Amino acid sequence: MTRGQEAAQTSTSVPGPAAGGLQGVVGFRMIHSIRGLPTAEEDSENNGRWGPWVQGLFPSTLSLATLLDSIPVGLAILDQDRRLLHVNQSLESLTGFHRDEVRGLPCHDVLRPDICQRGCPFADDPQNPASSSMEGDIINRDRLRIPVRFMSVPLLQGNGGLVGYLEVLEDIRQLKASEMSDHAYSFGGFIGRSSKMEQLWRIMPIVAQTDSSVLITGETGTGKDLAAEAIHQASSRARGPFVKINCGALPETLLESELFGHSRGAFTGAVSDKPGRIRMGHKGTVYLTEIGDLPLSLQVKLLTFLDDRIVYPLGTTKGFHADVRVIAATHRNLEEMVRTGRFRDDLLFRLHVVRLHLPPLRERNGDILLLMGHFLGLFAGRFSKKIKGFSEEARQILTRYHYPGNVRELRNAIEYAVNICQDDRIRPDHLPAYLTVPKPAVSPTQDDEPVVASKPGARCVSSEANWADIERQMIIDALVQAKGKKQKAAAVLGWGRSTLWRKINQYGLV
Amino acid sequence: MVPGKILITVREDNISPRFDLTTEVVMESRDEKGRPGDRRTLVLPHASSEELCHLILAQEVQTVVCGAIEEEYYQYLTWKRIVVIDAVMGPWEKVMERYAEGRLRPGDILHNRTELANHAQSDQ
Repeated sequence: MTRGQEAAQTSTSVPGPAAGGLQGVVGFRMIHSIRGLPTAEEDSENNGRWGPWVQGLFPSTLSLATLLDSIPVGLAILDQDRRLLHVNQSLESLTGFHRDEVRGLPCHDVLRPDICQRGCPFADDPQNPASSSMEGDIINRDRLRIPVRFMSVPLLQGNGGLVGYLEVLEDIRQLKASEMSDHAYSFGGFIGRSSKMEQLWRIMPIVAQTDSSVLITGETGTGKDLAAEAIHQASSRARGPFVKINCGALPETLLESELFGHSRGAFTGAVSDKPGRIRMGHKGTVYLTEIGDLPLSLQVKLLTFLDDRIVYPLGTTKGFHADVRVIAATHRNLEEMVRTGRFRDDLLFRLHVVRLHLPPLRERNGDILLLMGHFLGLFAGRFSKKIKGFSEEARQILTRYHYPGNVRELRNAIEYAVNICQDDRIRPDHLPAYLTVPKPAVSPTQDDEPVVASKPGARCVSSEANWADIERQMIIDALVQAKGKKQKAAAVLGWGRSTLWRKINQYGLV
Repeated sequence: MVPGKILITVREDNISPRFDLTTEVVMESRDEKGRPGDRRTLVLPHASSEELCHLILAQEVQTVVCGAIEEEYYQYLTWKRIVVIDAVMGPWEKVMERYAEGRLRPGDILHNRTELANHAQSDQ
């Protein structure tokens, strides 16, 4: 039977194989139904837009695409030549490619796994293929490397002939992260035993179990992204996608298309349908970081979405019901922004169902030492250094510093020190220069002082303004010291070259 | 099209799906009018993003065309004022033609799906 005949038969009423099975056709269509699994009769009324079908398993014929979309791991159906016939919604979220874009393309071009570079798992004996499973990674459309577990299953006809393959891709980021940080005082990547962190840990699992919108506030470097991901991973949506959207990273017009998607021809350059990030987070969590930077016009559109949970891509009136949980985060003072008319109060009220305020490091008494030990172990292992600990002077310097950049700054300082240190202990001269320059230190507040969640940005604004000046001066000093060589200046500062480049642009030092 | 040297990461006849796992590159020079100069194929001793970045800088490449690339290396090359056209799929010669015409964009898919299907059918 040719492929064309199969298609013709499937479009009419075809009994399934004797044991019940799957019938594939060329020409899959997107699923827009929010009413459940459409039947073959419903499909024929819609000109076959939901094919292909599962037949012989249930009393009525069901859409295979809808069935696969409800499975929370990435699935791809390939033909005999390993070209993609169909991908489910989880795989769309994982790779960033829409199923319509990738149909007919070689799987290695779309999934971009490392295992294909070491040799395709099916290349050894295509006449006698066998199931295999292995770990590897992919790089998705957002240029993010994601560890995954691959499982490849050959699809055989009754007579043993190969018709294609089913590939299963399971996102194992959470597993890898837990292997990396198995710590008694940790939760979802957070480490700490101060009363403020313990208070957070008591709340976070409870918050995770609900579907309410969450607003996370806190200074830069306090772990807002980690908190969002930890909530997602502890929730019932953990097997679904976690889609992060930086509201401050893109211009308004691009951001709208990125968030809500667009249809083909909606504007110049829109050559194909794009699902949008919110839709890609279907059955999972959408994390809107830097929500304070969201333009006012998009705040209205987001507000509408939060009300009715239907996404309308640009250029179409056809909506998609996106079942997502929304987590938003910002380091800005949204109440102040509401007062000055830069943020809509009705959007704030919708996001502000549950609020988590992450304390700055200077308010987490005792955690600095714990984090110092954690990061020392992490980087010593990564850089193959045999460093046992800190000298007393270095310990004093690190614990007395006020950390305007919070945990991120501490982490960077220790990464720098581990890089520089050639001894078995980190001494003051191994620490970044700005830590050892005498400066009036801000006394840490008492551990028992309550978190002032209502005005998280008040301290943040002034300390950030000061830090910006200090950081700008540090960059200038490092560049002078390195005689203008950026790579050397980055090493002096203990930063990556990209970080230095970004900050040079940020402070207009070009 | 940016005049100067272009580097394309390749695997067999196509763009290599991963920048970090590339072991072969094609380099070609283009003058201001887009006319091609020397074309060279380099086989790398092993795959490494760092070493490939070093090669790109040492060879004074102006434009890199590749498949998937990690954000870190993308930002690094961009910082070095190198134009990176990533997420490109398809035969590299077709990619080179499209680039010469000044029409190559990130994410372009230049596979001819009909040809792929016909080729597969003729194999069976």
